[in-house]
Amino acid sequence: MLNSSLQQLGAALRSKKISSVELTQLYLSRIAALNSKLNAYITVNEEMSLAQARAADVQLAQSPTNALTGIPIAQKDIFCAMGWRTTCGSKMLSDFIAPYDAHVIEQFNRVGAVNLGKTNMDEFAMGSSNETSYFGTVKNPWNRNAVPGGSSGGSAAAVSARLCAAATGTDTGGSIRQPAALCGISGLKPTYGVVSRYGMIAFASSLDQAGPMARSAEDLALLLNVMAGFDERDSTSLQRETEDFARDLNKPLNGLRIGLPEEFFAAGLSADVAQAIESSIAEYKKLGASVVDISLPNSRLSIPVYYVLAPAEASSNLSRYDGVRYGYRAPEYTNLADMYEKSRAQGFGDEVKRRIMIGTYVLSHGYYDAYYLQAQKIRRLIAQDFVEAFKQCDVIMGPTTPTTAFNLGEKNDDPVQMYLSDIYTIAVNLAGLPGMSIPAGLDGNGLPVGLQIIGNYFDEARMLNVAHQYQQVTDWHTRTPQHIEV
Amino acid sequence: MQWEIVIGLEVHAQLSTSSKIFSGASTAFGAEPNTQACAVDLALPGVLPVLNRGAVERAVRFGLAVGAHIAPRSVFSRKNYFYPDLPKGYQISQFDLPIIGQGSLTIQVPTTTAGQTYKKIVRLTRAHLEEDAGKSLHEDFHGMTGIDLNRAGTPLLEIVSEPDMRSAAEAVSYAKMLHTLVRWIGICDGNMQEGSFRCDANVSVRRPGAELGTRREIKNLNSFRFLQQAIEYEAQWQIDTLENGGTIHQATVLFDSDKGETRAMRSKEDAHDYRYFPDPDLLPLAIDNEWIEQVRNTLPELPLSKQTRYVADLGLSVYDADTLTSSREMADFFEATLNEATNEAKLCANWLMGDVSASLNREDRDITQCPITPQQLGGMLKRISDGTISNSAAKEVFKVLWSEGGNPDTIIETKGLKQMSDVGAMEAMVNEIITANPAQVAEYRSGKEKVFGYFVGLAMKASKGKANPAQMNEILKRKLAG
Repeated sequence: MLNSSLQQLGAALRSKKISSVELTQLYLSRIAALNSKLNAYITVNEEMSLAQARAADVQLAQSPTNALTGIPIAQKDIFCAMGWRTTCGSKMLSDFIAPYDAHVIEQFNRVGAVNLGKTNMDEFAMGSSNETSYFGTVKNPWNRNAVPGGSSGGSAAAVSARLCAAATGTDTGGSIRQPAALCGISGLKPTYGVVSRYGMIAFASSLDQAGPMARSAEDLALLLNVMAGFDERDSTSLQRETEDFARDLNKPLNGLRIGLPEEFFAAGLSADVAQAIESSIAEYKKLGASVVDISLPNSRLSIPVYYVLAPAEASSNLSRYDGVRYGYRAPEYTNLADMYEKSRAQGFGDEVKRRIMIGTYVLSHGYYDAYYLQAQKIRRLIAQDFVEAFKQCDVIMGPTTPTTAFNLGEKNDDPVQMYLSDIYTIAVNLAGLPGMSIPAGLDGNGLPVGLQIIGNYFDEARMLNVAHQYQQVTDWHTRTPQHIEV
Repeated sequence: MQWEIVIGLEVHAQLSTSSKIFSGASTAFGAEPNTQACAVDLALPGVLPVLNRGAVERAVRFGLAVGAHIAPRSVFSRKNYFYPDLPKGYQISQFDLPIIGQGSLTIQVPTTTAGQTYKKIVRLTRAHLEEDAGKSLHEDFHGMTGIDLNRAGTPLLEIVSEPDMRSAAEAVSYAKMLHTLVRWIGICDGNMQEGSFRCDANVSVRRPGAELGTRREIKNLNSFRFLQQAIEYEAQWQIDTLENGGTIHQATVLFDSDKGETRAMRSKEDAHDYRYFPDPDLLPLAIDNEWIEQVRNTLPELPLSKQTRYVADLGLSVYDADTLTSSREMADFFEATLNEATNEAKLCANWLMGDVSASLNREDRDITQCPITPQQLGGMLKRISDGTISNSAAKEVFKVLWSEGGNPDTIIETKGLKQMSDVGAMEAMVNEIITANPAQVAEYRSGKEKVFGYFVGLAMKASKGKANPAQMNEILKRKLAG
């Protein structure tokens, strides 16, 4: 049951082989047994999950039902879910009970999926290792001394360790794809604007995008079918025809042109990862694809551009956490300014403070033109590189990360080294393009390698097709971490 | 030596939308604190702003009314600062790309001679959309501060003028004209007590012809009287300071209406660095020509156009035209009255600005609450015009219309107020008077024409005030001549 696809689980639920309550209980018991080792969940609420499961069972007894009705899904703790504690991995919101549902949560509720719990994450999604969470580090199920990646590390670990059927994540600079790669699962960041950001706690508004995390491309398609859709409460949400993201899964890949950017295979890429990616490209050639060498010359500027723009937006987005209306307030203070300073000093962790300070600096009078404005210009150049590249190819492929999962604590003292782990993913967010990561091998230590697939705008269905065809002829996505009892 | 006062105004007009500029919460005034603040207004984690189309439409109306450029693309920016009544920690406003560009407003400034005005054109720099903050209540909370977020997110149009005004009188005329205009085109209720129309005045002084002096900004003036007093005080303070060898430092000041003086609130040195940047939650605001034309088609005739028309076509004085266009309701009332009493513009104007206004003032009403309709008033004025009633009889008709209503013709009939126009009857009266007053007749005929008034008095008395004065005069003159 734990290795079943969402399709199979749905069929089992509809044919009454198992009830949603039983399935939910199965996962809840696994969480009870294993979460202490992995710390993938921040909040589990059996009562609320089982109430939803019971409602789903009623729904399942009637017809028609959605493919995800009754299926337990883990939600990244960045999505507000009514009545659920929603912390965003921060002390600042450690007691915050959301009074409303995010659009993503509403969409899952609408089809009768079960909210299995809120997964751990880097504080305010700022981090690449899940070590900045106020609720403690998440351990990689493949090696508990290694990081799961971040910021959606809790979701990635939960999917990988079969502590949920599937999960949601958000991706601002690689926060779905990088942990998916490091935990050996599949994750998709859609085109910016495809999934509403309403109720998703903002980190960097122009980059944040929610997406599904699961064990296969096929599962991702079913999840995205529920998550995507226009929402008038998000002004950046795109009004488009409803589409079935699973419609092209079974198309053959004959004639597919794969672009390989030289910049993604340069210095800094570990040999193990390079080898796994080369093997998977070879696999694609066997499936009928051809390879084109392309260049994304401005992508080398992605990290500096990102670390101007994302902190700039974050410094403003996080101003609302002031201790006045909700969230953490310092117990003692002498006046208003002191209340602000102490509440924020005590409520935010170091990485969040670092980014607030960087962002405040780059927006300051006299620095704005040199940093923020300049970064915006380069952002357009980076996006333009992709426009040029997609004239020559249908999808772009490369490694998701330069290395497999690194050890806990390894990069904590060097923020720049930590930032470099997102070197291949950030340009995609800056351009607003869809990107995904699928398992594509194991390194010498048995840790998963992720293959990144970047598509053109709104080309999610094709990317899922490309990923699914690979998963039909390989079994990397079915591998399970050795130490997790299934 | 002379000093020249230089004033520019920034006016915050609250736009009359029923919901807020970025949320669906109500903008109605006077609700219990924090009952009109939704998740977006409270800046809960994860909420997002969605622009209210009605606010944009009102800004466009304003732009068209002042002949300004409407930006096809404008941008909302975040103005970042911490304050407890600013829930997001930033205000969404417009910075370098506002929705409305340069425009102008023609004002009539009263001179020291009563009824005399001069015309002046004040240039507008820009107008931009932004959200209001909430309110901090520093009283009644035992040393703590209460926060009311009902006002947070209310749509404002900030209208910025060039420093074109040279006296408090000009500033007040400008503010009043703007106040008239925003109500005229239906974008703001203009209620100054409720803060729907607030003025900030930038004041500096200089020697004529010299460079602009250093300005100080007087914040939050919510009445025309305070605007006048604050500018006069501030300008005199600056002149005194400079004449005593001091210097003016750029500052924000508050007007203390009890003491009638301005007081520095913060200096330029404590000025915030607002770290403006485009709000990534909102797309650039695009306005196409089609929309602009749609809005243009719904604009009423503007006060300046009416003023010009009243003077040129109706022969009214500039003062009358200005007064009759003080509000759209007044102008509408005037035109409806004139529609009834055709060709009697001056008569309509005199009655509206005289008896009607006096009666409204006495009962503390405005023109929209006038108990007499333009049709009733015009119907009565028509009877003055055609000689049916005299002016004094009209005052009686007016009193009845005001307190009891009714049809003016019926009132004239039942009260017997009709003027006597029967020449034969009047001639008979005059003959009697001449016969009864031989001494005075002799006096008149010997050249003492002053006595004529005596005969007029007698004739009016004899007719019980109903005689048509012009006709009666003519008969008297003819008969007395012998």
